[in-house]
Amino acid sequence: MNKEQIQLCGDELYNALTKRHTVKPLTERFNDISMEDAYHISLRMVERRVQAGAKIIGKKIGVTSKAVQNMLNVHQPDFGYLTHDMVYSQGEEMPISQKLMQPKAEGEIAFILKKDLIGPGITNADVLAATDCVIPCFEVVDSRIENWNIKIQDTIADNASCGLFVLGDKAVSPSKIDLSTCGMVVEKNGHIISTGSGAAALGSPVNCVTWLANTLGQFGIPLKAGEVILSGSLVPLEPVKAGDFMSVSIGGMGNASVRFV
Amino acid sequence: MGSLSKQQVEEIAQHLENAELQAQSVARITDDYPNMTCDDAYDIQWEIRRLKSSRGTKIVGMKMGLTSRAEIAEMGLEKPCYGFLADYAAIPDGGDIKHDELIHPKVEAELAFVTKVPLKGPGINIGDVLRATDFVMPAVEVIDSRYRDFSFDVNSVIADNASSSRFVAGGAMAKAEDLDLKNLGVVLEVNGNVVQIGAGAEVLGHPASSIASLANQLAERGEEIPAGTFIMVGAITTAVSVKKGDHFNVRYQGLGSVSGRFV
Repeated sequence: MNKEQIQLCGDELYNALTKRHTVKPLTERFNDISMEDAYHISLRMVERRVQAGAKIIGKKIGVTSKAVQNMLNVHQPDFGYLTHDMVYSQGEEMPISQKLMQPKAEGEIAFILKKDLIGPGITNADVLAATDCVIPCFEVVDSRIENWNIKIQDTIADNASCGLFVLGDKAVSPSKIDLSTCGMVVEKNGHIISTGSGAAALGSPVNCVTWLANTLGQFGIPLKAGEVILSGSLVPLEPVKAGDFMSVSIGGMGNASVRFV
Repeated sequence: MGSLSKQQVEEIAQHLENAELQAQSVARITDDYPNMTCDDAYDIQWEIRRLKSSRGTKIVGMKMGLTSRAEIAEMGLEKPCYGFLADYAAIPDGGDIKHDELIHPKVEAELAFVTKVPLKGPGINIGDVLRATDFVMPAVEVIDSRYRDFSFDVNSVIADNASSSRFVAGGAMAKAEDLDLKNLGVVLEVNGNVVQIGAGAEVLGHPASSIASLANQLAERGEEIPAGTFIMVGAITTAVSVKKGDHFNVRYQGLGSVSGRFV
C-alpha cells in the first residue's frame, strides 16, 4: 500500500471509532495489504487520537492464544496502543453502550513496568526484573470492522481491536506468583463461564511481554517505565451488553470486576 | 429404586468387568436395559467393587466424575457421579502406563483430597469438607470408558465405575487452608505442548463441593467416607486422548507437577 492509502485507512478507522460505525474489512478492499502496512495504519489511527488529546499509557498484546492464532491463521501475536481514556477502575461503570459497538470481554494480566525495556535481546528474566507489579484486568475489545469479520491485517490496523479496560485494585510483585500456572476464573452475572491459567497466552504472559519488547525493539520503540502492558487473554472472548456484570479472579493475585452500562 | 433383578445386576457387572480386564469395548448397557435407574447403575458398580475385593484387590480411594459445567449442561445432570479406585490403578509419579491394557484412554488434570476424619452425609457442605481434609495433592486421572467410541449416558457411566482406569498422584501436598482452590490453575502438557488449561472452579464451582457431593451420595446407601480416604475431585481440564508413546506433564499452581508416559 502507498502512504496515501495508509493514511486514508487510518483516518477511516479513527472516524469509525469516534463516530461509532463499522467499516468493511480492509483486506476485502486492499488485496496487497501486509502486516507492516497494517501497523502503519494503526499508527496513523493512534496519531489521530493523540492529536485529539489522548495520552498513550501503554500497549496491549493480542492474538496470544492457540485458538485465535488458528482462527486467523497466524503464528505470532499482535499489539496495539493503550490511551488514557480507555482505562476504568475496579467496580466502576463502563459505558459500553455509548463508547463501543460490538464489545467482548476477556480476562488477562496487566504488567506495570518500573524500568524501560528496549529490545531486541530482551529475555523473560529482563521482563520480570523490569516489572513493578502485575494486576488482574478485564479488557473489553471491540472491532471497527463489520461483524468482527477480521483477518490479521484488519485487527492490527484497527489498533489490535482495542476497546476499554479495567484494572483491579490489588497489585502483586511478579516474584510472588507463578505467572504460567496461576488460575483464572471468569464469572458473568453470577455464573462461572470460563476458567484458564497463565499458560493460555503463549505458554506464559511473561513470554508475551518479552515478544512485544523484542518486536518493538526492531522499530526502535521502547516499553517505558510506568507503562501498562496487557499481556493477552487467558480465556475465550465473551460478548457483553449493558446490564451485564462480570468479575475475574486470578489465583494469588486478586480480582477485577466491571458493571457494563 | 432399582428395576433390575439381583441376577441381572450380577451379569452386567461381570460383563463390564470383563470388558475392563480384557480391554475390549462393549455396547452401552442402557441399549439393552433402557429402563434401568441410577440405583441400578450404582448396584452394578458396587457389585464390580465386590467382585474385585473378593479376589483380593484393595480399594485405595474414590473418584468423582461428570463434575464439569460442560458435562452437566450437556447431559442435563443434577449431580456428579462417583466411582472407586482399585489398587492396580495407581501409577507412580513419572511412571509408565501400559496402553495395551486400556481401550481408548484419555488424561485429565485433577486434584485429590485426603481426609483425616470420617465424612458422613447427608448435609455435608464445603466447610465440613475443608475441616475434614488432611491435605490436598495433584493427581492426573486416566479415564477409559468400556463403551464403544466413549458413547455413554449417565447410568451407563455409573455402572462402568465412572470410567475409572488409572491415576497418577504426585507433586507437592498442601493444607487446604493454604490454597485458593477455586482459582488454582493447571496446565496440561502432552509431548511438551500445552493442550489444556483450567482452574479449580471447573469442578462444580469449587473442588470441595465435589467431596461434599460424594459424602451426601454415599449416605443414600448408608455409606460414609472413612478417615484417610484418597478422593479425586473430577476434571479441571477437558480429557485428552493419548496414544502409545505419548507423555504428559501437568503443572499445578503452588503444587508442583505430575507426569507419566504411555508405553
